[in-house]
Amino acid sequence: IDMAVREAICQGLDEEMERDENVFIMGEEVAQYQGAYKVTKGLFQKYGDKRVIDTPITEMGFTGLGVGASFHDLKPVIEFMTINFSMQAIDQVVNGAAKQFYMSGGDLACPIVFRGPNGFSAGTAAQHSQCFGAWYSSCPGLKVVSPYSSEDAKGLIKAAIRDPNPVMVLEHELMYGISFPMSDEAQSKDWVVPIGQAKIEREGTDVTIISFSKPVGLALEAAEVMATKGVSCEVINLLSLRPLDRKTIIASAKKTGRVVSLEQGWPQCGISSEIAAILMETDAFNYLDAPMERVTGADVPMPYAADLEKAALPQLEDVVAAIERTTYRSMAA
Amino acid sequence: FSSNATFDVEGSFETHMLDTAPETTVECSKEELLEMFELMYTMRRMEITCDNEYKARNIRGFCHLYDGQEAVATGINAAFDPEDSWITSYRCHCVALARGGSVSSVVGELFGNIDGYSRGKGGSMHFYNKANYFFGGAGIVGAQVPVGAGSAFANKYKSKPGEKMNVSVACFGDGAANQGQIWEAANMCNLWNLPMIFCIENNRYGMGTSIDRHSSIQDYYKMGNEIPGLRIDGMNVLAVKEGMRFAKEYCGSGNGPMYVEMMTYRYHGHSMSDPGTTYRNRDEIAFTRSTKDPLEFVKKCLVDAEFMTADEIKDMEKKIRKDVQKEVLKAKESPVPPHEELFKHIFATNLEPRSGGIEYPPHIRMPNYENSFWIDGKKE
Repeated sequence: IDMAVREAICQGLDEEMERDENVFIMGEEVAQYQGAYKVTKGLFQKYGDKRVIDTPITEMGFTGLGVGASFHDLKPVIEFMTINFSMQAIDQVVNGAAKQFYMSGGDLACPIVFRGPNGFSAGTAAQHSQCFGAWYSSCPGLKVVSPYSSEDAKGLIKAAIRDPNPVMVLEHELMYGISFPMSDEAQSKDWVVPIGQAKIEREGTDVTIISFSKPVGLALEAAEVMATKGVSCEVINLLSLRPLDRKTIIASAKKTGRVVSLEQGWPQCGISSEIAAILMETDAFNYLDAPMERVTGADVPMPYAADLEKAALPQLEDVVAAIERTTYRSMAA
Repeated sequence: FSSNATFDVEGSFETHMLDTAPETTVECSKEELLEMFELMYTMRRMEITCDNEYKARNIRGFCHLYDGQEAVATGINAAFDPEDSWITSYRCHCVALARGGSVSSVVGELFGNIDGYSRGKGGSMHFYNKANYFFGGAGIVGAQVPVGAGSAFANKYKSKPGEKMNVSVACFGDGAANQGQIWEAANMCNLWNLPMIFCIENNRYGMGTSIDRHSSIQDYYKMGNEIPGLRIDGMNVLAVKEGMRFAKEYCGSGNGPMYVEMMTYRYHGHSMSDPGTTYRNRDEIAFTRSTKDPLEFVKKCLVDAEFMTADEIKDMEKKIRKDVQKEVLKAKESPVPPHEELFKHIFATNLEPRSGGIEYPPHIRMPNYENSFWIDGKKE
């Protein structure tokens, strides 16, 4: 069957709430309104106001409250209506949740899930359209995941809830309504996608495209285009930004010898920068036949006008161009 | 000669939006008063030792001392059940002591040794004891308050309707009291009737800025607006105990949160880099010491009730001083954390406190990449 990403997340939440009565959901409009993006649809009706809780529009307060509740072995799932608003609460996420276990010398774990739509949406301009993948994945102690498909989305939210550590789940607004096939396995209650493992979405031999979240779709499209030109692309869906699956990245780079990264986030200190550093610092460097290419969002705050917005985000032709540059150029030349 | 005595605490309280009030007399046994004195004097000696050790450069970084405010933590401790949750600011050495720490584990942490309270990884501002419902030790001003509200939330979540709940207290200073996140937490606690005590330790200075210069309202116990408030003489340990007993009873019975203001005073500066005399004068400190000292108050109670003679108290003080010294020596003998401790406790594998359930990240990059950590030991 096919299932939209939002339904897959909801199914994952529902199954975990059924499995463990300590799991509760808290955030703005998650209960009676059923979620600003309808991700929590039906959960309030099923679990009631004890476990599906509408909050005031006060991110710092309810995020801190969630952190405190997690100290009592409850499993809070804190929804940020969009991840943009998590900046209001970043002290509680980074200075609180992420470092708690370490600061306490292993006494106090913080099993909490933060989730919400991250990345670029349509026509919402600078404050509501940005990727925090690089920001959050920079912090030791946090786990950061970012699903692409429905199977990813369900498996990762379930893994996040079962994990005894703080996990940031970066969803994507423009993916919520997209449907993907769900395998029988993924429909089962035992479907969990392990945190820290990337997935090879498409195997190839000539060049590796590494991406996460919505742009994985763009990478797959680009791979189709390149196939018609006789170039075989391997597409890696990172799934997890921290811990980052370095082994899969390195192995694929060694296999193909050419790497293109693709993300919507800003270029400086981005996920792509980290991938480039991995290639420079490891044995993978010796296998490269060309310099790595980065395809990222433009280094500007997101503009509002449609044409400008389009120009600020990676398009198919940008990805194809990068693949062609890295494929047809050799180190010697 | 009775082993119990009744003490007058008339005038120790002011209330806001409350129909009832704490009692104006407190009954206390000899054992309990002695226990309080012992804890308070140990706190005092420990903090003075920290001051000396800091000046001897045996303690690094930030260090915020609690001397002068001992009656607050001791009174709360006396009024609370062990299952009541407690979180406080970075001025947390003495709460850690009250909630099951030893002097050697607290001072050992400040020395950065492996037998320290947090294995030498937290330092002065990071003490936690999950088993004893003590949740820090928050290094960021005000951040502990929403987290404390989370404890109150969990207490309500886990209790049956109508059942008496354990309470949660978040202590914070007058300097934090006007932060936005505190109001955010207060709003949710009142909205959802959470058993939460917002405890403002009003020591009259937010770092070096006096309350009349940093706050448009100085009646902190009224700051909760619609949340009932109670102001307590925070230099009187018996008043603190009675006031917190009252607050615990009120909040634990499902009446919602309460704002509590402890009128207290810190003898030391805000931190070790603050001599504490640029924004207040020495006379003010000396006057408080001579007229309001919380330890002198307990001693007077012990003598007035004929629980102890002045000489007996002196002997006891001598013994505590010696004990603290011994504990500090013990803390000094503890080795520094081994190098591998650097990689431990980034992630947990389970929720049990101090379980050793450690999940190692697959890779930790070190300043020199060649020395990096790989979980399988293989350099990539």
